[in-house]
Amino acid sequence: MKAETDCFGRPISSPPDAWFDVVEGVSNDNNKTLNRTTKTSRCLNLGSYNYLGFGAADEYCTPRVIESLKRFSANTCATRVEGGTTELHSELEDVVANFVRKPAALVTGMGYVTNSAIFPVLISKGGLIISDSLNHNSIVNGARGSGATIRVFQHNTPSHLEKLLSELIADGQPRTHRPWKKIIVVVEGIYSMEGEICELPAIVSICKKYKAYVYLDEAHSIGAIGKTGRGVCELLGVDAADVDIMMGTFTKSFGSCGGYIAGSKELIQYLKHTCPAHLYATSISPPAAQQIIPAIKVILEEDGSTQGAKKLAQIRDNSNYFRSELQKMGFEVLGDEDSPVMPIMLYNPAKIPAFSRECLKHKLAVVVVAFPATPLLLARVRICISAAHTREDMVKALTVISEVGDLVGIKYFPAQIKTPQLEDGRAKVD
Amino acid sequence: MDLANYVPSAFTSLLKNATELITFAYDVPFARAVVFGVHIGGHLFVEGLLLVVIIFLLSQKSYKPPKRPLTKKEIDELCDEWVPESLIPPVTEEMKREVPVLLSAAGPHTIINGKKVVNFASANYLGLMGHEKLLQLHNLLPLSFHVDVHLDCETRIAEFLGTPDSILYSYGLSTMFSAIPAFCKKGDIIVVDEGVHWGIQNGLYLSRSTIVYFKHNDMQSLRSTLEKVTQDNKRAKKLRRYIVVEAVYQNSGQIAPLDEIIQLKEKYKFRVLLDESNSFGVLGKSGRGLTEHFHVPVDKIDIITASMGHALASEGGFCTGSHRVVDHQRLSSSGYVFSASLPPYLASAAIAAIDVIEENPQLITMLRDNSKILSTGLLGIQGLELASDIMSPLVFLRLKKSTGSLKSDLQLLEDLADRGKCQTFDLKVLPAVCIVGLYGTTHKRFLKMMQLQVLKEHSVFVTTSKRSIVDKCNLPVGIRIYVSAAHTESDLQKACESLKTVAASLFTD
Repeated sequence: MKAETDCFGRPISSPPDAWFDVVEGVSNDNNKTLNRTTKTSRCLNLGSYNYLGFGAADEYCTPRVIESLKRFSANTCATRVEGGTTELHSELEDVVANFVRKPAALVTGMGYVTNSAIFPVLISKGGLIISDSLNHNSIVNGARGSGATIRVFQHNTPSHLEKLLSELIADGQPRTHRPWKKIIVVVEGIYSMEGEICELPAIVSICKKYKAYVYLDEAHSIGAIGKTGRGVCELLGVDAADVDIMMGTFTKSFGSCGGYIAGSKELIQYLKHTCPAHLYATSISPPAAQQIIPAIKVILEEDGSTQGAKKLAQIRDNSNYFRSELQKMGFEVLGDEDSPVMPIMLYNPAKIPAFSRECLKHKLAVVVVAFPATPLLLARVRICISAAHTREDMVKALTVISEVGDLVGIKYFPAQIKTPQLEDGRAKVD
Repeated sequence: MDLANYVPSAFTSLLKNATELITFAYDVPFARAVVFGVHIGGHLFVEGLLLVVIIFLLSQKSYKPPKRPLTKKEIDELCDEWVPESLIPPVTEEMKREVPVLLSAAGPHTIINGKKVVNFASANYLGLMGHEKLLQLHNLLPLSFHVDVHLDCETRIAEFLGTPDSILYSYGLSTMFSAIPAFCKKGDIIVVDEGVHWGIQNGLYLSRSTIVYFKHNDMQSLRSTLEKVTQDNKRAKKLRRYIVVEAVYQNSGQIAPLDEIIQLKEKYKFRVLLDESNSFGVLGKSGRGLTEHFHVPVDKIDIITASMGHALASEGGFCTGSHRVVDHQRLSSSGYVFSASLPPYLASAAIAAIDVIEENPQLITMLRDNSKILSTGLLGIQGLELASDIMSPLVFLRLKKSTGSLKSDLQLLEDLADRGKCQTFDLKVLPAVCIVGLYGTTHKRFLKMMQLQVLKEHSVFVTTSKRSIVDKCNLPVGIRIYVSAAHTESDLQKACESLKTVAASLFTD
């Protein structure tokens, strides 16, 4: 593992836009220690989750951010309840609640802490948490910290969820068989390591039938999918009122940091009074908050331009084009239609550094994922497409990936041979 | 007569027949067969038969009542009958209360509701908020990727503290609760002060180690706990043992006596984890923290963590220690591996803040003087007492012992609480009165009233310490006043005056 550290710790020295500067590292002792050089190389960025292109300077958002830095300074140095709430925070919460179509929202400074701090408050011993088998580590930690019983259902399989729910309700709490106090089912919008979109309509109807509460973590899907960017609920036609608790982060699509929880007014009031992330942690940095408000306005087209709709259409087209091309080349690509996350399977852990270094030689920066984020033998390359990528960028990326894929040997499926097209679109048959 | 004779004679004849049969079986020719070179006598044959019978009986399953799993219909009925609790308990009046909203930066003076107030509610200890060096505009964009500024920040912090290496976390709260589970595993023993904040408590819970609490900041209690723990555990030599303390406790403002802790640590062979959130940049001659304050070499502490959201006026947290400690966390600390990194502008703000601290050590003396002035000024306050150390930048006031009988106290508080309800709750006055223990919510309400009154009538903004329901700390809640080096003497005098007046008015009734 030590020998591969250069693939996992590459610093960058510019904003993670479609093209960025990767700092070159040099090692004299076989990667035991990596020394940074001052040389940088300009690479195409396929690894940052910069879905809507807000990761770089934007003419609408950046001036406002700079102004808020001058006005409110970098941090309030106080918790939200003890003098850390500025009017920016209140405005942000209203804007977010409106965006996800819920009555109220609560904003915290970090997405990870949001998950870890909310479960202990909502549920405790005597409750049941049923979570998808591939849920994120923050959900796992939060669920463990709450003290409730945890059960796992097969990834994205509503039938297994139903079976599990009916058995568990009939059985009751372990050992005492008393009825459960409450049940929360936790799912994610887009699973970050698979690129799959959750089967929300089926899951919501099952939860309604069995009276369980639904918790949806939209870290990757908010802002990136859906006709107006409102996430997986909009894409799959689920009413936002059916999902009891919606959680998301601002790191991916909005180019900022922090997390939010949206729900009914009473829920948010209760959380503001008891959630440790709100009571003990410093409030979200005001400039970071100010980055999100204009970003949401751009997406909702309240700034007067059509930039938002363009960005959303762009990311959808980009993702679908890229995925279909990769599949045609014979790579094994996971993920659903419209999802901007595409993992390409490598399987063999030894191919990880090979793929990564070869791509870097061709000025393509990718993120490789190995154990412990994925199972040991299911290593993959995770490609994140952004609205900032142009068609030329993607074509270049595809050629490089194809070349490197041949070299490393990961085209596990037969490539579809391009059949020459006739004028009216019918493929020529020989 | 005949019958009486008949039965025994019949019995004896039966017995005789049986024995004849058995002896016949013994003498049967094939019973003398030779198997595997062993001469088998007749009795061996019978014994073999018995063995077979025994084995046959043992191999029979014992009788169990048949299992009757629930039928689908029964399962459906149970599911229909089950009624869950509501997701949240009913919302009380207290929960609906709004917090004050600031209209400008949370510096030493801020604007609440259009009125200028003196701000004692933000932990801006050195007054670095709004400093022009921290507002430099390069690296502005809020990004969340591994950028070289983070690496620079880590080396700068390690250089400042004199430790080999450090690692940067993106949020102050997640630092402790990710660092502890990375090192402490199931079966380890952790001795912890009972007054630590929620982040540490959560980290301890997630680590699944054995946790032993000792009395808040009481070295006698620590000594006896360590003694007990080392004696109780026969295998104590092979387990990992930790002591977790905070330098300046968030929940009471007391300072941990590090020199005594180091002595105990060396005597009983424990490792020390120190949380320096409120003491980094504050204690010690040049702001290097508790280790400098007590003249303890920094390498005696195994792991130091701190949040940068206090003296450094930035955001995030860091953890320092030896190279091994830091490298281990890069791969196995969940708050580092599984979450996005700090926005670069905050990292560069932190570097700038450290530069300012090194160039201006007089900020630290100013802060110390200010805390002394405020603490001594509040000594005579009616009804409240100082719970924090004089040197601590976090001044903590808690309610003194009750005035008389329990009943009259409760009555007093109820009256005060009712009186406070009639007043219009303006944001400006937020009394941070914490009444501990017995009175629970009434105390909190009383404190809130005092805070509100202080803000409304005297334009001084202090805070009450809030407790979440998941917080296990039992220390008294109280009024928290954060002193800053940027506060002038008139600000501090004003604060003392206003708190004394309000306390006097509320306590004489």
